[in-house]
Amino acid sequence: MADLAIKPPLAELNPPLVEGNHSYSTVTHTVSGIVERKTPKQWFIAISISGAITLMMLGMIGYLFLNGVGVWGNNSPVGWAWDITNFVFWIGIGHAGTLISAILFLFRQKWRTSINRAAEAMTLFAVACALLFPLIHVGRPWRAYWMFPIPNTDLNMWQNFRSPLLWDVFAVSTYGTVSALFWYVGLLPDLATLRDRARTRIRQLVYGVLSLGWRGSARAWRHYEMAYLILAGLSTPLVLSVHTIVSFDFAVSIIPGWHTTIFPPYFVAGAIFSGFAMVVTLMVIFRYAFQLEDLVTIKHLENMNIVMLATGSIVGYAYATELFIAWYSGNMYEKFAFLNRTTGPYWWAYWTMVSCNVISPQFFWFKKLRRNIPFMFVISIFVNIGMWFERFVIIVTSLHRDFLPSSWGYFRPTFVDVCTFIGTLGFFTTLFLLFVRFLPMIAISEVKGVMPAPGASERGQH
Amino acid sequence: MSAIFPKSTDLYVRIGGAVAVLAILGGVGSFAYLSHPKVLETGYSPVQPVPYSHKLHAGNLGMDCRYCHSTVERAAFAAIPPAETCMNCHHKVKEKNPILQPVRDSFEKGVAMKWVKVHRLPDYVYFNHQAHVGAGVSCVSCHGRVDQMIEVKQVAPLSMAWCLECHRNPAANLRPAHLVTRLDWKPEGDPAEIGRRIIEEKHIKPPTNCSGCHR
Repeated sequence: MADLAIKPPLAELNPPLVEGNHSYSTVTHTVSGIVERKTPKQWFIAISISGAITLMMLGMIGYLFLNGVGVWGNNSPVGWAWDITNFVFWIGIGHAGTLISAILFLFRQKWRTSINRAAEAMTLFAVACALLFPLIHVGRPWRAYWMFPIPNTDLNMWQNFRSPLLWDVFAVSTYGTVSALFWYVGLLPDLATLRDRARTRIRQLVYGVLSLGWRGSARAWRHYEMAYLILAGLSTPLVLSVHTIVSFDFAVSIIPGWHTTIFPPYFVAGAIFSGFAMVVTLMVIFRYAFQLEDLVTIKHLENMNIVMLATGSIVGYAYATELFIAWYSGNMYEKFAFLNRTTGPYWWAYWTMVSCNVISPQFFWFKKLRRNIPFMFVISIFVNIGMWFERFVIIVTSLHRDFLPSSWGYFRPTFVDVCTFIGTLGFFTTLFLLFVRFLPMIAISEVKGVMPAPGASERGQH
Repeated sequence: MSAIFPKSTDLYVRIGGAVAVLAILGGVGSFAYLSHPKVLETGYSPVQPVPYSHKLHAGNLGMDCRYCHSTVERAAFAAIPPAETCMNCHHKVKEKNPILQPVRDSFEKGVAMKWVKVHRLPDYVYFNHQAHVGAGVSCVSCHGRVDQMIEVKQVAPLSMAWCLECHRNPAANLRPAHLVTRLDWKPEGDPAEIGRRIIEEKHIKPPTNCSGCHR
């Protein structure tokens, strides 16, 4: 039995999840206030910029529809390039939201409460950006519904059920649906709070309709909590399955550099890694913008940085394993693919990826650095960049050197490629700005659940 | 606090939901029906620069399809005849008929007639007349009884389902190759049996993979 005196006090092991001198009502005021206050000028500036970028994206998509996929740089042998890179990038980002809201919920990680709402919103918006690319990268986007197995009599055809591309349709649409439901169910009590606090008739009506008649009775809460638990249970396997199936798009093919069994776990770790980087990016900005430092504490950010450190190390390990197996397998095509990846024409992309994804999160071993807000912001941006490059490297470097040297090529993005991708960043930001303006960005009712009950001493809580 | 919504809201929500569901189902249903190739494509019969009657030439006079569409056995495309082919007869027959003036103009000036194409396939489909006619698929299988049409009308939907129907089970549409232009030909005996025999003799294996037609 260790000496009790050398044990650190409980409060230090479990720092309170809500700092400052908050009561239940101040939490409600703080979070609802963001939605109820007069719209800040900065918000208008931000949304004008992101809205303009969104319009540019729509313009690019219109141009694409009028002219066909030839406006992109994709060409034989690189049939997939920025389109699928962006798809995997965005869908990966979504994973952090689901992990925070579902897995951390099931594991009773209470620190999830003040970031889960925003992280889930991020998931939805990232999935929206991701879904765009499979839709627009097909030659005839108005036939995009052919991706779904709808009974038909003009084609007499079913999709190829052995193709991972079809599994992908199911995986991503399930993911989008469950995430949206989970997010919305979680919003209900807070929407009702906004409805009850509403001063104008329009707000009453809008939040009244959205809150679906929530009145906060004990019976409603019991059903709500059961529904929330079930949805968390449904979402949990999705954190693993969605990116596993996305990785099958590559792993099930026979292209050297794609055809590897390590892909599913490697992709899932990468997805969580990139997603947490995006959550940190967003949270650092918005907790500062709306003075939410008491609710989204340094402890939250630190925990997320630890997740980034862990998943980033897994990703680094996966890169090393790929290189090792390329050598150890004795397969000349595999060996060539990885030699080409690291030293070939796209060496710069590979080493950008390695520096951003493997080296940069390692700084988070130091407590000082992982609690330093400007530093973590910079690292999170690096990780976002690195994870985009990872998908680019996997897709483009594997394709541009295929089995026939006569068809080798070099992919260069066009103006439209670049503007479409930048456009999705604007689209994502626009959706997120609308979210923080009109919906409670922190789960009010859940945060109250992790605060000490009124009257209880802070020390006794954990 | 007074209620924001009156009690009757529940009813309106339900009615609204039912209407929305019906509207969506109706919309999807009518789109599926109206855009179906059987509705959208069949019956297309454009006005031609000269009211050429297939019924008169191929039906009443009994001309063979290949007299005009001469390349059908040798090429992917079944040729549309030049005015010279018309003039083989029409420099003697109805040589003053004003209806035929555009044909005579075309012949004299060497400028092609602007016939309107009836059976149009998308440019991403590869279709070869030679392969089909050579296997013993009759003209009538796709073009219908052209010998009874005054103005040619599309009778088949030319949809992918329609192509695949035959590619998956070609026996019913096969006959001895020299009889393909006999639009009124009726097989003696079981047509499926004849088809099976031809499939065996000629090793007919119509492709059903994507790149068979989308090359």
